[in-house]
Amino acid sequence: MKRVALFVPLVVFAILTLFLLKGLERDPTELPSALVGESFPIFTLPSLGDEQRLLTERDLGSRVVLVNVWATWCFACRIEHPMLNQLAAQGVNIIGLNYKDQNDKALQWLEQKGNPYLFNIVDANGILGFDLGVTGAPETYLVDASGTIRYRRVGVVDQRIWDEEIKDLYQQLIGEAD
Amino acid sequence: MPVYFLKLLLTASLLILPLAFSERSELLASTEVVEFSDPQLRKRYYQLVQELRCPKCQNQNLADSNAPISKDMKAQIYSMLEAKNTDDEIKQHLVSRYSEFVLYRPEVNTNTWFLWFAPLCLVFVGVFIVWRYAFAGGRAQSNIKSDTAVLTDKQQQQLSQLLGEDDNS
Amino acid sequence: MIAELGHFALIIALAMAVLQSVVPMVGSFRGYSNWMRLGSSLSIGQLLFVAISFLCLVMAFLNDDFSLKYVSQNSNTALPDHYKISAVWAAHEGSLLLWALILAGWTAAVALFSRSLPLVLIARILSVLGAISVGFALFLLLTSNPFERLLPMAPMEGADLNPLLQDIGLIIHPPMLYMGYVGFAVPFAFAIAALIGGQFDSAWARWSRPWINLAWVFLTIGITLGSWWAYYELGWGGWWFWDPVENASLMPWLVGTALMHSVSATEKRGVFRSWTLLLAIFAFSLSLLGTFLVRSGILTSVHAFASDPERGVFMLMFLAIVIGGSLMLFALRGPAMQKVAAYSGWSREVMLLINNVILVSAMTMILIGTLYPLVADVLELGKISVGPPYFNFFFVPLTFGLVVAMGIAVFTKWKSTESRLILSKIPVPLLLAIICGGVFPFYLATDYSFSIVAGLTVFMTVWLTATIAVDLIDKVGTNIKRVARLSYSYLGMQLAHTGLAICVLGVGLSSAYDQTRELRMAPGDNAEIAGYTFNFSGVNPVAGPNFTAFQAQIKVTQDRRLVANLYPEKRHYNAGGQVMTEAAIDPSLTRDIYVSLGEPLTGGAWALSLQVKPFVRCIWLGAIMVGLGGLLAATDRRYRRRKKSQTKPAVAS
Repeated sequence: MKRVALFVPLVVFAILTLFLLKGLERDPTELPSALVGESFPIFTLPSLGDEQRLLTERDLGSRVVLVNVWATWCFACRIEHPMLNQLAAQGVNIIGLNYKDQNDKALQWLEQKGNPYLFNIVDANGILGFDLGVTGAPETYLVDASGTIRYRRVGVVDQRIWDEEIKDLYQQLIGEAD
Repeated sequence: MPVYFLKLLLTASLLILPLAFSERSELLASTEVVEFSDPQLRKRYYQLVQELRCPKCQNQNLADSNAPISKDMKAQIYSMLEAKNTDDEIKQHLVSRYSEFVLYRPEVNTNTWFLWFAPLCLVFVGVFIVWRYAFAGGRAQSNIKSDTAVLTDKQQQQLSQLLGEDDNS
Repeated sequence: MIAELGHFALIIALAMAVLQSVVPMVGSFRGYSNWMRLGSSLSIGQLLFVAISFLCLVMAFLNDDFSLKYVSQNSNTALPDHYKISAVWAAHEGSLLLWALILAGWTAAVALFSRSLPLVLIARILSVLGAISVGFALFLLLTSNPFERLLPMAPMEGADLNPLLQDIGLIIHPPMLYMGYVGFAVPFAFAIAALIGGQFDSAWARWSRPWINLAWVFLTIGITLGSWWAYYELGWGGWWFWDPVENASLMPWLVGTALMHSVSATEKRGVFRSWTLLLAIFAFSLSLLGTFLVRSGILTSVHAFASDPERGVFMLMFLAIVIGGSLMLFALRGPAMQKVAAYSGWSREVMLLINNVILVSAMTMILIGTLYPLVADVLELGKISVGPPYFNFFFVPLTFGLVVAMGIAVFTKWKSTESRLILSKIPVPLLLAIICGGVFPFYLATDYSFSIVAGLTVFMTVWLTATIAVDLIDKVGTNIKRVARLSYSYLGMQLAHTGLAICVLGVGLSSAYDQTRELRMAPGDNAEIAGYTFNFSGVNPVAGPNFTAFQAQIKVTQDRRLVANLYPEKRHYNAGGQVMTEAAIDPSLTRDIYVSLGEPLTGGAWALSLQVKPFVRCIWLGAIMVGLGGLLAATDRRYRRRKKSQTKPAVAS
C-alpha cells in the first residue's frame, strides 16, 4: 500500500506529458472569436466610394458572405489580396471592412489591385471592428444567410486555409441557405 | 486698415503666446494623458488596465502594451467608466467581443474550478499532513519504541565518526 | 574552419559523454574499479571539448563570421565586442551550448571535489550526469546546431542583436540562471545514484548538501538579476509579471528551497528521506520543464524566445526519458515512507515540514496556473489567461504563512521543543511586529491613510528580523566575540532569512505605495508626485553607437533642492528598426524615481510616465542577501573537510 503512493508522482507526470504533447500541436497565439455563433453586430457606417450611402448589418443580405477586414497600411493584406480576387471570381460573396484607413488610399488600392468586394464598409475609427473583436488586419469572418458568424480567421486567407478550413463550411452553409 | 491691424495683432500674439504660455506653465501642473472627472475613476481605470490582457500581444496587460488594439480597448474602458458603468459591465463588454482570454483573473466557473480549487485543496492536505505528523504524533508514538526507529544510537555514532561530526544546533 | 573545429569538438564531447554515461555505471555493477575511475577523467575531457566548442563559437562572433547562420542572426559588425560575446547566448542554439558547457563544468567539479565519496557512488553520479550531457549534446547536434553554415550565400552583414538584449543584463543574467538550473542536475544525479544503490542515509544527505546550496545560490542570484533587468529595461517599471518564463525559473527555486531545508532534516535526523529524494528529482525536473516551456513556444511569453515545434518534440522526449525514468526508479526503489514520526509538537522537523508544505504548495499552484491555459485549450474549454491576480491571490497568503513559521522555527530544536521555551521567546517580537505594522503605514503614507498591505508587510519584516535578533542575542549574549564561534551554516541561515525579510519589505511597500502617473507634458511643464517636483524641459535628438534617440530632460526637485536630472530615451535602432523605451531611474534605498518617455502628442507635448516607487531596491538587495546567506552556509566547515571516507567502496546490489 505504501509503495503505491510512490507511484503518484510518476502518474501525475505521465498525465502532464500527454497534455504537453497535445499542446505542442496547438498555436497558443491563435484566438477564437467570442462572436462565433453570435449574430453579426449592428452598425451604421458609410460605404466606400459613396459616403452618402449608409450601410447597416441588413446590407449583408440573406446570403452566405465572407467579411474581410483590410487596410492599406496592412502589409499582409497585400499578400492576401490576389486570393480574394480569385475567390470573388469563383462567385464567393465578399464584403470588405475597410479598417482604420483613409478613403482615397483605399479606393486607389482597389483600382490598382482589383476589387473583389461587393461593397466596402468604411470603419475609420474601428467602431465596428471593436464590436467584432478585431485585433488587427487582415481578419476574415464567414457569416451565414441568417446573419450569424460561423467562423473567424485571424491573418491571411490563402489557398491552404481556404481548402482546409473554410471551403467545406462555406459549401455547407450555401446548402443550408438553399 | 482693420485687416492690417488684425494681422499685426495676430503676429504679435503668435510671438508672445509661447512666451506667455511657458511663463504660465511654470505655475500650471501638467495634465493626465487620460483625464477623469473623478479621481476614483482613475484608480479603477488603472486597476482595470492592469487586470486585462491585450489580445494581440505576447502576454502583456493593457497598461504595458502600446498595440493599437490596446489603445482602442483602453479608450473603451475610459468612456465606459465615464458613462458610470461598473467594472463587471466593462469586463463583460470586452469579454463578449474578445473572449475570456482578456481576463487575467479567470472567472470561477465549471471550466476553471480545478484552477481555483486545486491550490486550496493542496493547502488543506498540507495542513492535514502537518497536523498528523506533529500533533497526532502522541498516539503514533505509543506504537513505536522511540525515535531510534529512524537511527539507532550505534548508527548515529558511526555516522558521526564517518563525517567528523560537529554541529551546533 | 573555426566553426568546423567547434562542431567537431562538440561531436567528440558527445562521444565522451556517451562513454561517461556507460563505462562507470557498468563498472559499478561489475565491481571494476578501473572502469569506475574512468568517470572523472572522461568528465574532465568532456568539459575540455565542450569548452573548445564554445570558444569556437565566441571566436566566430568576434570575427563577424556571418557565414554562420546563428552569428548572422544575432550579431552585427557595429556591435561592441562585449555584446558580441554575450550574443553567443542571446538565442536558442548558443544558449543551449552554454547549458552544455555549464553542465560539463558542474560535472567536472563533482569529479574533482567529491573524491572522498565512495567510488561506487561517485561513479554512478558521474554516469547520470554524463547521460544528461548526452541528451543535451544530441539536442544541440540534431536540432539546434549553432555551427550551421549559410553557404554559398553568406551575408555581408548580420541582422543585429535584439536591442532589448544589448545590455549588461544579458552578459550576467543567463549564465547565472543556467548555473542554477544546471546545478540542480548534481543533486538529481546524487538522488539517482542513491536510488540505484539503494543506499540513502544521512551521509548521502551531507555529501549532497553543499551542491544543493551552491546551485540554489546561483538560481537565486540569476532570478534576482532577471527581475532587476526586466525592471529597468522593459520600461514599465514592473519587476515581476508572473509570466510563464519567470514562473519557469521560480518553480525550481521554490522546490530547491524546500530541498535545502528538508535535506538538513535528513542529514541531522535521518527523516524525510524519500521526500528529500523526490525533491531532488523535482528540482532538476522543473528546470528541464521550464526550459521546455520557454523554448517550445507552447506558451506565450513577454520574454519571447524563438520557438520551433520540432525542438519541442525532441525536448519532450528527453523530458519523458529523464523525468519519467527517474520517477519510475523512485517508485520502484524509493525508501518506503515512514508512517510514524519520531518527532512531535513544535520540533525543528515539524517546522521544516511546514516550510516544505508551503513551498511545494506554492510551486504546485504556480505550475497549475502556468499550464492551465494549455490544459484548457487541449480540453477544448476555450482560451483563457491566468495572470498576476490569480498568482498573487494564492502566493501572498502562502508567503505570510511561511514568514510566520520562519519566526517560530528559529527557536525550535530537533526532536521536540518545550512549548514553554517557544512561548517565552515569542511575545517580544510579536508585540514589536504588531505595533510597527499598526503604526508605520500611517507614517509612510503621504496622505496618512492606512494600507493593509503595508501593515502586513511591516508586520512580516519586523516579526522576522526581531525573531532572528532574539535568537542571535540568545546565542551571543553580551560577548560579541562569540559571533565567531557560530557556524557558517547558522550565520548563513540568519543572513538569508534577514534577506527575505528585506525582500518582503520591498515587495510589499513598493506595491502599496507605488505612485504612477501618465502625464501629458509640454516643455516647461511641472508635475508633483509624492513630494517630488518633476520639471520637463523638452526633448532633444541624440545619437548612440548604433541607434538614434529622442532624449527628454527632466529635473527632479524636492523642496527646491535638486534630486536628479533624468534623461529617459526613446531609441530607434538602425539595423533592425526597433523602437525601444529606455527608462531613466534615480535609485536610492528608500525609493526609486522612474521616468519613461512615451509618445509625442500634439502641440510639442509628450506622454510621460512618472513613477515613485518606495523601497523597490529592497527587493533585489534582500534577494542578494538571501543568495549570500546560502553561499555562506555552503562554505560551512563541515563540508570543507575532505577526509577520506572510511567506508569501503562496496559493490552495490
